[in-house]
Amino acid sequence: MGELLLQVKNLHTSFFTDAGEVRAVNGISFNLERGKVLGIVGESGSGKSVTAYSVLRILSEPGEITDGQILFKGEDIVKLGSKQMRTVRGGKISIIFQDPMTSLNPTFTIGNQLEEAIRLHTNRTKKEARDRAVEMLTLVGVNEPEKRIAQYPHELSGGMRQRVMIAMALACEPDILIADEPTTALDVTIQAQILELMQDLQKKLGMAIILITHDLGVIAGMCDEIIVMYAGSVCERGTADEIFYNPCHEYTKGLIRSIPSVVGKKDRLVPIAGSPIDLLNLPKGCAFASRCDKAMKICLDEKPEEIWINSLHIASCWMNVKEVYDEAAKEGGPKDE
Amino acid sequence: MYDPNTIPKKHLLSLQLDLKKFEPATEEEKRQTDQMRESTTFFRDGMRKLVKNPLAMASIVVLVLIIVTIFVAPLIVPYGYQDMITVDGKRDKTATNLAPFTYSELEQKAIESGESIFPHIFGTDELGRDYFIRTIYGTRVSLAVGLFASIIVLIIGLLYGSISGYTGGKTDIIMMRIVDIIYSLPDMLMVILLSVVLDAVLKNALTGTALAKIGTNMISLFIVFGLLYWVGMARLVRGQILTIKNNEYILAAKAIGAKPGRIIRKHVLPNCMSVIIISTALQIPSAIFTESFLSFVGLGVQAPMPSLGSLANAARGGLGSYPYKMIFPALMICLIVLAFNLLGDGLRDAFDPRLRR
Amino acid sequence: MWKYVLKRLLLAALTVFIIITITFFAMNAIPGGPFASEKAPSPDVKAVLEERYNLNKPLGEQYLLYLNDLLHGDFGVSLKTGRDISTTISDSFGISAKLGLMAVGVALVFGLIFGCIAALTRNKWPDRAIIFFTTLFVSVPSFVLATLLLLIFCLQLKWFSVWSTTSQNYFLPVLSLALYPMSYITRLTKTSMLDVMGQDYIRTAQAKGVSHFLVIAKHALRNALIPVITYVGPMTAYILTGSMVVETVFTIGGLGTKFVSSIANRDYTMIMATTIFLAVLMVLATLISDLLYKAVDPRIKFE
Repeated sequence: MGELLLQVKNLHTSFFTDAGEVRAVNGISFNLERGKVLGIVGESGSGKSVTAYSVLRILSEPGEITDGQILFKGEDIVKLGSKQMRTVRGGKISIIFQDPMTSLNPTFTIGNQLEEAIRLHTNRTKKEARDRAVEMLTLVGVNEPEKRIAQYPHELSGGMRQRVMIAMALACEPDILIADEPTTALDVTIQAQILELMQDLQKKLGMAIILITHDLGVIAGMCDEIIVMYAGSVCERGTADEIFYNPCHEYTKGLIRSIPSVVGKKDRLVPIAGSPIDLLNLPKGCAFASRCDKAMKICLDEKPEEIWINSLHIASCWMNVKEVYDEAAKEGGPKDE
Repeated sequence: MYDPNTIPKKHLLSLQLDLKKFEPATEEEKRQTDQMRESTTFFRDGMRKLVKNPLAMASIVVLVLIIVTIFVAPLIVPYGYQDMITVDGKRDKTATNLAPFTYSELEQKAIESGESIFPHIFGTDELGRDYFIRTIYGTRVSLAVGLFASIIVLIIGLLYGSISGYTGGKTDIIMMRIVDIIYSLPDMLMVILLSVVLDAVLKNALTGTALAKIGTNMISLFIVFGLLYWVGMARLVRGQILTIKNNEYILAAKAIGAKPGRIIRKHVLPNCMSVIIISTALQIPSAIFTESFLSFVGLGVQAPMPSLGSLANAARGGLGSYPYKMIFPALMICLIVLAFNLLGDGLRDAFDPRLRR
Repeated sequence: MWKYVLKRLLLAALTVFIIITITFFAMNAIPGGPFASEKAPSPDVKAVLEERYNLNKPLGEQYLLYLNDLLHGDFGVSLKTGRDISTTISDSFGISAKLGLMAVGVALVFGLIFGCIAALTRNKWPDRAIIFFTTLFVSVPSFVLATLLLLIFCLQLKWFSVWSTTSQNYFLPVLSLALYPMSYITRLTKTSMLDVMGQDYIRTAQAKGVSHFLVIAKHALRNALIPVITYVGPMTAYILTGSMVVETVFTIGGLGTKFVSSIANRDYTMIMATTIFLAVLMVLATLISDLLYKAVDPRIKFE
């Protein structure tokens, strides 16, 4: 077991809007060890990005962490003062965002933005910072780094901009890199390059990665552990093999079923019925119940607990409880009191 | 990876669970938990937001009240805007510059002898004309000028912008170049110039026509609005059209063979409508300001027809002695402009698609 | 980039040219020419006019000669006084320029500050107070405002002295002139700041650990300023026309007062010359703001 870098315990985050309290994250917990890659999968609105922003405490205006703890190397960073939090941001935990076009300030040069990150967290002089910036650009595979330093974001292609974002995030050698949909806004061929780059860098620099995406394909190759989120809660978690080959939560099963398969039989696409949940009015039972074709009465009434499937797999679905009961019934024993 | 001791699996079987609850849920039950927010159209959503805005609603009320007043007041108040006060058919020279709700000596004598004279709510001006009715007519003129000018801007800008935007290509480029040039001409100076010229040119040509009442200066104002002020609207409309033009439902409409005019009317315009309305609502106070500025430099509405600007300007001279003569028209201008501004702001908050959170 | 500058310069020159042409031909459309006023000018003035304006030549030639004169800084001669207009302009423009520039400065500085405050304290009391005042000031016509300020602070309370050539108190006039553009800039800055603060790159800056102050002062402000710069052109137009009002109300002997009286007097040559002069200033201001805009926003540097 590696060093436990991050422990998120029962995190709740809501947005207090004019229309009411939008409960974006409802009790998510996970751990992250040094050098590991954690993947968070879910559709839009599942709360994956909000979780990431909560960790770094960069939630936009009406958002607030309403409950839970986030322990970074044992210290609860939810309680940190703003000055200390700023040393964490970019220095210990970094994040790269989905759209590199809008994530870089259009009125400053690449060099300026990189050097700013470097000088915020290290004691380098201007010249040293510039050298480090060039070094980082080379590391992430940006060609002609000396020239790029003086250029503006709009002069670079999408893939290159994302590389710059990565360079900026890793310049101060953080312990954790959070990648929020890093490839969604890029062409498919560039996607592969960026993912490969991230894996490469991880081997070289040894940081832990939280990879957030809605794309199951992206997650499959890279992650040590995968968390499937729906409506702000964890449906299922486990290794890639377990999740893909032995999905236990109906939502996960639906997700995997809905991936069009290039090889094999040409079946009809099977989408998940219904539309995403309204986070203003969360039901008291399982959030997915109204869309689930295996829903039972208990699913509508009570939230399912997390159930241990095996040492590499946990799911939160009443169906799994039912299966346990059915097995017990088959074996003839009544339930213990 | 996961420690079974941390997850309560073994307690599962001891949970007091009602086995009946493991029966499948019916569609009915599922639907009950799935509360969907009622779908609304863009229009209804915006109207709801607008109604919740107290300032915007107040502005609408104020404007409606003003409009009602300017139509009703002349029916109630027995004075005309150019009538100098007469008592017993004779011009009352003492009835000049009366304070609000006072009577002249001659009028008081007439009241004592049994006549009933309608009070001068706002007093009288230096020529003995009832100031209230003049203010009312001034409001009429100012509002009419504002409205008319805005309509000119709307029509020309809308036509020009939609043709340019929809046609695209070389025509669009040329049309926009023209817009650029017109945009850089200084409007106020052109209005002044044109007014001065038209005043000399048309001086006698208009006597007897309806237009003589408002005068050549106002005609100049409308002409310049028609020549210069529409460019902002045209740019706005064109921008909207360009955004929408490439949307898929336009392509779909084209694919089924709809004619360009029809496409513009049925698909493109409704989407631009909100931006256009907001812009027009804010154009009216701007036109009223232009008119009052022109009155200030002596290029306003033809006397004796009053406009709020000309009344306020005329009141500057005797400001120390008769402050009310400035206050009433000035207040009215501010009220109208404020109301339109607040309404325009409210409309923008409610309907501008770019500002939706 | 230079291509862009050149393009702008040409457009500006074209605009000025059009203005001069319009002005010239408009003036000459007056029956009897610009020199036929109700009161015929005195014989001396008339003689000077005929000489200066080549009235005996055909219109087209007059036009070209007029253009030539303008290029040499000769704005002609006043219809009423016979005085050289360019002298009149240079005498009186100094004060107007001072007034105008001060107003621009006040409007920009305070407009930006208040706009930022409003954006950063959104929906709290500073924002509400700012919204209230700016909405108010944007709804009051300039001459009303100027007159009221004069009445209350100058004549009644006697806090400031009335303007004279010896006692030049700029405070009230600048205030009357600046309040409208200041309010407009405040609202513009607020909207722009709010828009910018919602952008992704602001979140990136926060995620890097940039302090709250620097996120606003460095990352946000630069982007928020861009729309404000485009307002400089229209603002100059407002200041120039507004100064006519303010100067007249406060009895300041600047170019604005001269222009207003020339309109009342139907001093056509003066009107013509001043119109052209002011128009050139406006075109210049627009040109400067266009170039500034491109300088600040690197996205457009390369057109």
